[in-house]
Order: sequence, then C-alpha cells, then structure tokens
Amino acid sequence: MASESSEVRLLGKWASPFSNRVDLALKLKGVPYKYSEEDLANKSEDLLKYNPVHKKVPVLVHNGNPLPESLVIVEYIDETWKNNPLLPQDPYERALARFWAKTLDDKILPAIWNACWSDEKGREKAVEEALEALEILQEALKEKRFFGGENIGLVDIAANFIGYWVAILQEIAGLELLTIEKFPKLYKWSQEFANHPVIKDGLPPRDELFAFFKASAKK
Amino acid sequence: MAKNDLKLLGGWFSPFALRVRIALNLKGVEYEVIEETLNPKSDLLLKSNPVHKKIPVLLLADKAICESAIIVEYIDEVWTNAPFILPQNAYDRANARFWVAYIDEKWVPALKSILRAEDDDDEAKKPHIEVAEEVFERMEEAFNKGSEGKALFGGDTIGFVDIGLGSFLSWIRVVEKINGRKLLDETKHPGLIQWAQTFSAHPAVNGLLPEPDKLIEISKAFKQNLMAAAAAAAATK
Repeated sequence: MASESSEVRLLGKWASPFSNRVDLALKLKGVPYKYSEEDLANKSEDLLKYNPVHKKVPVLVHNGNPLPESLVIVEYIDETWKNNPLLPQDPYERALARFWAKTLDDKILPAIWNACWSDEKGREKAVEEALEALEILQEALKEKRFFGGENIGLVDIAANFIGYWVAILQEIAGLELLTIEKFPKLYKWSQEFANHPVIKDGLPPRDELFAFFKASAKK
Repeated sequence: MAKNDLKLLGGWFSPFALRVRIALNLKGVEYEVIEETLNPKSDLLLKSNPVHKKIPVLLLADKAICESAIIVEYIDEVWTNAPFILPQNAYDRANARFWVAYIDEKWVPALKSILRAEDDDDEAKKPHIEVAEEVFERMEEAFNKGSEGKALFGGDTIGFVDIGLGSFLSWIRVVEKINGRKLLDETKHPGLIQWAQTFSAHPAVNGLLPEPDKLIEISKAFKQNLMAAAAAAAATK
C-alpha cells in the first residue's frame, strides 16, 4: 500500500491542543512521522508555504501534500490509515461524532478558554457559560467509557483540551470548572483519557505546560 | 424512503438550510420542508437542536441531525447514488472540508457583522468587507486551481464546496446592494462569476435562491428585533 512507505510530516506547536490532536491521531494509528516545532512569532517558510490561508499550526504534510485544520487532518488520517478507526461506520453515528467535534470547537472550548482568561468584570458570566458547556458535553458522554465507545474516537481527540489542558488552566486561573464533584462522569472520562497508554505518551508534559501557561498569564 | 419519513426544518432565507435542500435535490430524495420563522423559535426546533437551537435540522423518523455541512456529508453517505457530493479521493475530500470550514469561519461572521451595522456606518462595516473581499479572492484562486477548467468546484457536478459557497449567492447580492459595490467582480473574479451562473442554473438549485430584496426586508426586521431586545435587556439591568 502506498501509505506504508509514505512520508508524513507534522508542523506543530507542543503546547497547542489543536496541534496535539494530530499527534494523538497519528500515534493511535501507529503512523511514523517527522515533527517540526514551529515558532509562531517567527513563522517558517514551510508553514507559510503549506498554510498560506491561515498561517497556523497544525499542518500535516503527506507525500508533499499539505493539509491544515486539526479536525480536517484527523478525519484525513482516519480515512488514509484504516486500522483503529476513529469514526464509527454508521452514517448517523458519524454525523453525531462530527457534530460534537464541531461543537467542541465552536462552543465548548471558547467558553472554557474565556472563563480561564476572563477579567474580574466578565468572570461570573464566563464561568457560568463554561459550566453550561461542560454540562452539555457530559450529557453527550452518557455512560460510555470514551466518547468513541470502548475506544478513543474523533470526539475524544477533539476533546483533548477538556481531558488535559483544562485541569492546568483552571488551576492557574484559580477556578473550579471540571471537578469530580461538579461533573463526575466527565471527570472520570478525563482520567481515562489522560491515562490511556497511547494518549499518555502523546500529551505534552504537565509541568512544562503549566509553566508555559503560567508565563502567558503574567503578560 | 417515503416522503413522510424525511423532513427538513429550515427557512427560505437560510443559506444553511439551502445547502441541505441542494444536497437532497442532487440525490433525488423526496422530503418535506417545515418552515421555521425563528420568531419565536418553535418547540420542534428547541427539541431537535437543544444544543445550538439553529436551523437546519434534518429530521428522520426518530433522529435529528444538525449543522448544515455535517448534514450534507450524512446525505452523501446514506444516498450513495451519483452524483457524489464529497470527492472520492481522501486528500481532495479533506480539501473540500477545509474550504467549507473556511467559508463558515471567515465569510459567515463577516456577513453577520456587515448586516448588523447601520446601512450608512461605513467605519463599522469596513473591516468586515475587507475580510469578505479576501475570502472571495481566495475562493477565486481555489476555484481556478481546483476545478481544472471545469464549470464547478466539484468538476462536472455540484460538490461540497459548490454547495458551501453557492448557498450564499443571494446574501452576497444583498451585501452588494446595501453597499453599492460588487463583492464578486468580473475583472477580479472571472472564474467565480461564471461559476455563480452555472450553479444558479443547475436543476438542483434553480428556483431555490431567495430574492435578495426579500432578504433585505427580513434582515431589516431582524436587526430591529435585535436592537429592541438589546434595549429591553439594557432597561432591565
């Protein structure tokens, strides 16, 4: 198969959950790849060449063909390497998975991010919206181990920010958003997610991530 | 599938609902349209899309699917007869998804901001018009590169990107009328100008693009509602 001997390259940023989604997908599929760390203050020629529209990471380059946008990349990875499927087979279940991945990006992540970076004035409302967003997400999980069922799927990967970044950001912000008391099922999922053998090795080190965001908070 | 099994909760004014109609028409699927006025939002809408409370919603016998681009992908996966809306090749498919996401992330907010501004408030509209102009510049580039001399983004048939952008043709005219200036221009966007004609004339689309003047009317009414709601909210603080 062509994909066996293909060249896969990822332009990313170690602290970015969007970039991390692609790392996780590639690792779950067991696809070897070359990783380039991008300095967003000093964008490489490659980044500008491969993502002229948004000039952002992540960008996947497969056999010289570039592809930006984390969720688009993850679906492409799933369609190109067929082992360990990340999306269900059934069209309705697929539509649901895509819906939750999009809702994470459009509604849930922004709500949490805003709450963690909000100033005094907007804090109360931002926190309320963040808690509502987590409630919605927890409802979508139902009684499943992962959003993907027994295995990690597209939505789990899309929710990596919730599974790992939120704990760090809320500590820095002095907020209690995702806690075992407030969201027992979602909290449990976050533990399963972060401790999953493949995911665990694919996530950035906690201490370094904490230091990185703490430094940003000071600015 | 019998007509009664498939319903689309949409609105004649909604470009997102139009995307779904075009996809269903392309596949030759029978469906019923339920018109949603959004004023107020119907119980059916609130029940079938509790997370976003937005149209369109595709209603199957016991399931609901939300988000226009996701619904179109669903339609393409369930009705596997030609024409294929998403490309067959994985990389081309990813590119199509990229462009539709780009339209939704860049053009849609710009459009909303332009409509929200007062007609004569050029200062407020300027940055959003600039975004819109960049979008069409990029789409012209993408069209010329990707269509390989064919009439549509999808080649000979209407594809995902055609649906993603074409569903907004009437709203593009609305912005042009309000601002007295072209967004799609023969000299700057010769590809897209031709494409727009081909798209509008296609049997799956023909007759469904709303009249820009009617859209201007409802957008005025909608803006008034927004301002009234904002004033009411301010008065109760």
